[in-house]
Amino acid sequence: MGGSGSRLSKELLAEYQDLTFLTKQEILLGPTGSPACARAHRRFCELLPLERRSMEESLQARVSLEQIFSLPELKANPFRERICRVFSTSPARDSLSFEDFLDLLSVFSDTATPDIKSHYAFRIFDFDDDGTLNREDLSQLVNCLTGEGEDTRLSASEMKQLIDNILEESDIDRDGTINLSEFQHVISRSPDFANSFKIVL
Amino acid sequence: MSDASASALPPGRPRRQPFVHPESLSLDSSFFSSPPVNFLQELPSYRSIARRRTNIPSRDKQSGTLLKPTDSYSSQLEEGIAENLNSQSIRKYALNISEKRRLRDIQETQMKYLSEWDQWKRYSSKSWKRFLEKAREMTTHLELWRDDIRSIGDIQCTVYPISSSGLIYFYSYIIDLLSGTGFLEETCLFYGHYTIDGVKFQNFTYDLPLAYLLSTIAYLALSLLWIVKRSVEGFKVNLIRSEEHFQSYCNKIFAGWDFCITNQSMADLKHSSLRYELRADLEEERIRQKIAERTSEETIRIYSLRLFLNCIVLAVLAACFYAIYRATIFSQEHMKKEIDKMIFGENLLILYLPSIVITLANFITPVIFARIIHYEDYSPGFEIRLTILRCVFMRLATICVLVFTLGSKITSCDNYSCELCGYNQKLYLCWETQVGQEMYKLMIFDFIIILAVTLFVDFPRKLLVTYCSSWKLMQCWGQQEFAIPDNVLGIVYGQTICWIGAFFSPLLPAIATVKFIIIFYVKEMSLLHTCRPSPRQFRASNSNFFFLLVLLIGLCLAVIPLTISMAHIPSSKACGPFTNSNTTWEVVPKTVSTFPSSLQSLVHGITSEAFAVPFFMIICLVMFYFIALAGAHKRVVVQLREQLSLESRDKRYLIQKLTEAQRDMRN
Repeated sequence: MGGSGSRLSKELLAEYQDLTFLTKQEILLGPTGSPACARAHRRFCELLPLERRSMEESLQARVSLEQIFSLPELKANPFRERICRVFSTSPARDSLSFEDFLDLLSVFSDTATPDIKSHYAFRIFDFDDDGTLNREDLSQLVNCLTGEGEDTRLSASEMKQLIDNILEESDIDRDGTINLSEFQHVISRSPDFANSFKIVL
Repeated sequence: MSDASASALPPGRPRRQPFVHPESLSLDSSFFSSPPVNFLQELPSYRSIARRRTNIPSRDKQSGTLLKPTDSYSSQLEEGIAENLNSQSIRKYALNISEKRRLRDIQETQMKYLSEWDQWKRYSSKSWKRFLEKAREMTTHLELWRDDIRSIGDIQCTVYPISSSGLIYFYSYIIDLLSGTGFLEETCLFYGHYTIDGVKFQNFTYDLPLAYLLSTIAYLALSLLWIVKRSVEGFKVNLIRSEEHFQSYCNKIFAGWDFCITNQSMADLKHSSLRYELRADLEEERIRQKIAERTSEETIRIYSLRLFLNCIVLAVLAACFYAIYRATIFSQEHMKKEIDKMIFGENLLILYLPSIVITLANFITPVIFARIIHYEDYSPGFEIRLTILRCVFMRLATICVLVFTLGSKITSCDNYSCELCGYNQKLYLCWETQVGQEMYKLMIFDFIIILAVTLFVDFPRKLLVTYCSSWKLMQCWGQQEFAIPDNVLGIVYGQTICWIGAFFSPLLPAIATVKFIIIFYVKEMSLLHTCRPSPRQFRASNSNFFFLLVLLIGLCLAVIPLTISMAHIPSSKACGPFTNSNTTWEVVPKTVSTFPSSLQSLVHGITSEAFAVPFFMIICLVMFYFIALAGAHKRVVVQLREQLSLESRDKRYLIQKLTEAQRDMRN
């Protein structure tokens, strides 16, 4: 933890608590007893160079995607690039500010509503950012799930069978793509989604 | 350039093949190329998702407002939201923090124009919500073992146990402790300790017999309520949508990745298990298609083979039950010999003979069942479920056989010994205590076996695998896998024993609690240090429902011997709180007869046949009504889905025509 006074003020903490789903978490919890926003701030400051770790600078600074990927929570995640691109507010979508980082943690926290989670999951899985999940998006999604090497992919026939099954289960209007409402409908019936779509610092 | 034929493609646009519904007509979506994407995005239905108003009718407070934070719409959306003020919390909007700030400022400026009453309402609802959040945080701290389960879950999110006279004195003390005889027999651990006298307070007497009976019934009823409540949550998902199997592809793909995974080796493991699962499911689907295409002679052959193998399974079960029956009878007959005449350990062996036989049967039969099911040619998922079902039945039925053997011994009389008391009072002075002792022994033995297996088999196995990995045997055998179904079945077994024994040994639930707590920590240590994850992962969601179902079956099986013993077998005359009544249940009618006469006639009316039969018929009617309602809903859902897909085709056809018309006009 940097000793350069990187503690959030109480007013800022309260504001972030109002705007996000991150909870305060009482001191009872011991080592993790500091508020979740303060912990997030500390982790974010560790990614910044030493000279920019003061309070004002840290709120304005932006961190490149490669540095975010070095966080242990995202290092092993095959969707890390999509996650960062979805939450980034910079024009080129290649860096995250502290508030973007808080948004990320808020959506992935325990207390976020299923609606918010499914909305952002849709955007993360939409690899070509066109507002629907088509066959290419789905096949890229499956490739992310099965592994990151060339030899871990499913064969072409298996992929076709799988995507046909997925579309049959979720594409209600039979147009070959999954839009946001169809996706949310499927997720609402998925019992594992709430437990797996979580990142805890 | 322009081609009036409907099948012409605009130049340079690749044909995108949408998914073809097998029942669709020939003139379907694949006949037309897909309309331009920007056209689709101008449709009102798409825009309403992008810019949905916060029109929350009073009955539907749950729907959040979701907005796509596209820059061109942001100013419009803020006005749209601010127009309809509500007490929706700001965090439920899918915007980033700076946009939420702007929204909050707009809301706050709007608040000033509200009346005082509305402002106070808004403020108090906010404080109430904050209070609820704090309360919820507090209660999560109280959740038992939350941190432990989190640390297991850190590996993976989801997841679904002296001088010789002095020596003899010590030895008999140990035997008493292990078997519930001797000094333990007179403690409040067992039924025999309790007397018929009530406890006298100042104004009234606490009727001990009635309290004893009612507390057992209340304990069982609470367990039933809790199980039903938990399993209804899992069952609701499948009620309207008729799915053959619980694990659907969408659940695996969209919710398949655990975002909690932090280290690379875990991630590789997850990747490989997802690959394995997906391939297994696709394979299973292909097998199912093959099965559907079987010829009739093959079907006959397979069914006769299955019949034969099921007979073998029944024979195995019958053999185990007979072994338990004989072991129980032998143990009961030889239990009362003198200690001096025994060889060392023989006494313990005789006392624990039923438990030993049951445990052996529970070890051997799953292996036999797993072998047999290979030949029955089912799909892989069904194989696993059928094996588990057979093992469950085996475990629970063995307890029942034991209890019924005891019951038959207690009520079996030769010549005249039963006439006096209705049970065999020569051998069983206090039969409830004996039954309680048997349950106590089963529980203790189960506990010892679990500890012994974990300590003396799992840990050495891990040591051998780590240090002697060059041996061929070790490479074959490998490290222990944490088999979730076996462990959960062990818990259900222990809980069923506890339920049956609760009446005969009132402190048994407390002992069971301590036992489960200890087993949890031992198993947690074993899991974290000696086990590797199995390739076939159990999804927490559908397993939850299945294991709650098994628990429910255990509860039902436990209630049967209890009702028989309470209502039919006469209670002991020599001990216990029910010496005065014929059967245990008689206490209740006796108490009812002390009520005032109006209440008495009410109770008699409710329990008479004149009330019970119409009540039963009404319940049946209500059930049929709900079944019909569910069927009607299913049909409506199917019709609506078909209508939706038809509408989509119409829409695409019209857009296609429109673009062609536009093009024609331009040319």
